[in-house]
Amino acid sequence: MIRRLSAGIVLLASISASAQPVETKIGYLHRVEPKAGLSLLQVPPENNGVAGAQVAINDNNTTGKFLNQHFSLEEVRIDESKDAAAAAAALAERGISLVIADLPADGLLAAADAGKSTNLLLFNAGAIDERLREEDCRANVIHTAPTRSMLADALAQYLVWKQWRRWLLIVGSHPADQLYGDALRRAAKRFGARLVQEKVFEDTGGARRTDSGVVQIQRQMSTFTQGAPAYDVVVAADESEAFALYLPYRTWDPRPVAGSAGLVPTSWDASHDQWGAVQLQERFSKQFARRMTARDMQAWTAVRMIGESASRTRSTEPKAMLDFLKGPDFTLAAFKGQRLTLRDWNLQLRQPILLSDGRMIVSVSPQEGFLHQVSELDTLGVDRPESKCRLK
Amino acid sequence: MWRGCLFGTGLCILLGAQASAFTAYVSNEKSNTISVIDTDKFAVVKTIKVGQRPRGIELTRDGKFILVAVGDDDTIQMIDTASLEVIATLPSGPDPELFIQDPAGKILYVANENDNTVTIIDMEQRVPVGAVQVGVEPEGMGLSPDGKILVNTSETTNMAHFIDTATRQIVANVLVDARPRFAEFKRDGSELWVSSEIGGTVSVIDPAKHAVIKKIAFEIPGLRKEAIQAVGIGITRDGKTGFVALGPANRIAVVDGTTHEVKKYLLVGQRVWHMAFTPDEKYLLTTNGVSNDVSVIDVTSLKVIKTIQVGELPWGVAISQQ
Repeated sequence: MIRRLSAGIVLLASISASAQPVETKIGYLHRVEPKAGLSLLQVPPENNGVAGAQVAINDNNTTGKFLNQHFSLEEVRIDESKDAAAAAAALAERGISLVIADLPADGLLAAADAGKSTNLLLFNAGAIDERLREEDCRANVIHTAPTRSMLADALAQYLVWKQWRRWLLIVGSHPADQLYGDALRRAAKRFGARLVQEKVFEDTGGARRTDSGVVQIQRQMSTFTQGAPAYDVVVAADESEAFALYLPYRTWDPRPVAGSAGLVPTSWDASHDQWGAVQLQERFSKQFARRMTARDMQAWTAVRMIGESASRTRSTEPKAMLDFLKGPDFTLAAFKGQRLTLRDWNLQLRQPILLSDGRMIVSVSPQEGFLHQVSELDTLGVDRPESKCRLK
Repeated sequence: MWRGCLFGTGLCILLGAQASAFTAYVSNEKSNTISVIDTDKFAVVKTIKVGQRPRGIELTRDGKFILVAVGDDDTIQMIDTASLEVIATLPSGPDPELFIQDPAGKILYVANENDNTVTIIDMEQRVPVGAVQVGVEPEGMGLSPDGKILVNTSETTNMAHFIDTATRQIVANVLVDARPRFAEFKRDGSELWVSSEIGGTVSVIDPAKHAVIKKIAFEIPGLRKEAIQAVGIGITRDGKTGFVALGPANRIAVVDGTTHEVKKYLLVGQRVWHMAFTPDEKYLLTTNGVSNDVSVIDVTSLKVIKTIQVGELPWGVAISQQ
C-alpha cells in the first residue's frame, strides 16, 4: 500500500513489552540547607526538587512499560558541599552514572570533576550560577535550572515591553544578591532600561519572624525608598530573602516591585496552568499533597530528559545520552508552550521563563518582538557569541 | 451558494435549513458555549451554553446528538440537535478531551488526560464498560475505518498506542515526536497520521506494520520552528489531500496525500486548533483559538474565503451530515 519510503526516515519497529525490563537507576544528589524565608508560604519543603524527580520517574515508567524500561531514583543527601565529590564517587561505584544534582556551584563542580573518569553525567537542577555555564562549564553537566541572566532578561523584556524603563535597583548585601544584581544590570543595558538609582540593602541579620511583627517594617521600607529620582518600578535582587518581600505596598512612591518580590521570573510556579500544565500540577499535588515548585520542575525536567533520551535511543549509557540530548533530534515537551532544546555550546536547556506575581502567571518571556536568528529563547541569557564556555 | 438575506435573519435561517446547508458546531473553550454556524450563510445562528471548558466535539452517527467533552466538569454532555439543549451526560471519566465513536455509533472511546486511561462507554446504556491503561496524558483518538483498531496518542509518553477494540488490549506502540495531539486514519485505512505539537511534525504511520513511514515537517519563511506546532488533521475522503493545523503558526498546511509533500500554507486565524469538512467536502472549517474565530477554506481552490466570529477561545468543530 505504501509505495516508497523516504530516505533518512528512521523506521521504528513496533514496540512491545517482553521479559525483564531494563532497569536504570538515577541518582539524586542534594544538599539540604535549612532556610527560614520571610514568607511562610515560601519556606522550601523538605522534599523540594526530589519530589519533582519522583513524579518524572513515574511518568518515565508509564512510558517505560511499553518499552521494557524501568527507572528508579536513589536519593543521596549531603550536609556539606565538600562531600559532593565523595558522594558522586560512591554513586558511580554502585553503577549509577546519571545523577540529578541540586548542589551549590562548588559542590556541583567537585561532583562533576570526580565523576569524569567514570562517565558520570550530571543534570544541574538547582544552581543558577552563570559561571557554571561560562568559565566553569563542564562537558558532563547539563543544566535544567535557568541562569540568573535568563531570569533577569525574562523580567527585563517584560518591563521594557510595559515601558517601565526607569528602574530603582535595590540589591542585597550577600554574594548571591550581588550576582543577581549584576544580571539585572546587564539585562537593563541589553534591553534599554535605565537604573535611576542603585541602593544596597544591608542585611544586618536578625530573626525572620518576631512577635512585634511588621510595625517597624512599614516605616523602614518607606523611608528606605524615599527621595529616589523618578522611577517606574523597583527591581530587587534579594536571593537571600532578607528584604524584597517587604517592598510591595511599602515603597515611598506607589510603584510596582519586581525581581525577588512582586513580579518574579521563575522556571515554574504552582499557578501555571497553560499548555497542559494543569495535568502535571495535578499529578504532582496528588502524589505529594503540596504545590509544585520551580526546583521540583527543574528536577522533573532532568528526569524526563533521561526518559526521553532512553525511549528514543534505547540506551541509558551516558555518552549516547549526551550525544542525543545535544543533537538536533532532541526536543522536550515541558508545558511551556514550545519545545525545549539544549544549547550545545554550554549544555544549558533553552526554556521560556514564567513571570509570576505569586498568585497568577502575569506573562511568559521571551516577549513578542524580541527576535533572534536561531531561537527566540536565546534572547534570554548569555548567547553563543558572548559565551566564555569551552566544553572539554 | 450565497443566499440573499433580504427578509431579515429569521427567514435566512429558514431558507438555509431547507437547502443544502449544513450546521457546524464550534466548542468555545473559554466562554463555555457552542456556537452554531449555518454553513450556507457562514454565520452564527445560535449559541448554546454548556459545561466548563468544552473542547472535543462530535455528532452522533445518527445526527441526533452533539457530544461535547466538558473537561472541567469531568463529563461529556449530550445535546439534542433538534432542541439544542443539553439532555444528558455520559460517564466519561475525569477530564475528557478528545473521543471517538465506533462505526455503528454504539461505543464511545474517551481519552482521560489526567488518568493515563482510555474509557470505553456504551452509548445506549450510557455506562462505562471498560478502560485501557495507556501512556502519560492521553489525548488524540483515531479509529481504523473497520473499527478494529483504536489509536490513542499520549502527550508525555510520545506514543501512538494501537488498541485492539475486540480484546481491548494494546497491540503496538509507536514512538512519534513530542506531544502527539491528534490521530487520523485515511478512509481506506492505509495510513494513520499523527500530529506532534511540540515536535512540530506529522508522523505518517503504516497501520499494518506499526511503523513510521514518513515524517512531514513544516517550514514557513520568517517563522521560528518553535512556533510551528502541528495539531488538528483533516484528510479528504479520497485520501489525496491532507490539511494540518499549525497552531501558533496561524496556518493550515495543505499536504499531498500521496507524496506527503507540503503543497501550500493557508493563513487562517491565530492559534489554529482543529477542523472539520462539510459533508460535501466543499469547505473546511478551522477553529482559531486566540483570534476567537473560524476560518472557512474552499477545498477546491485552497483559499480562505471567510472568517466567522465565534465565542472565546474556539477549540473543536463538528459538522452535521445534513
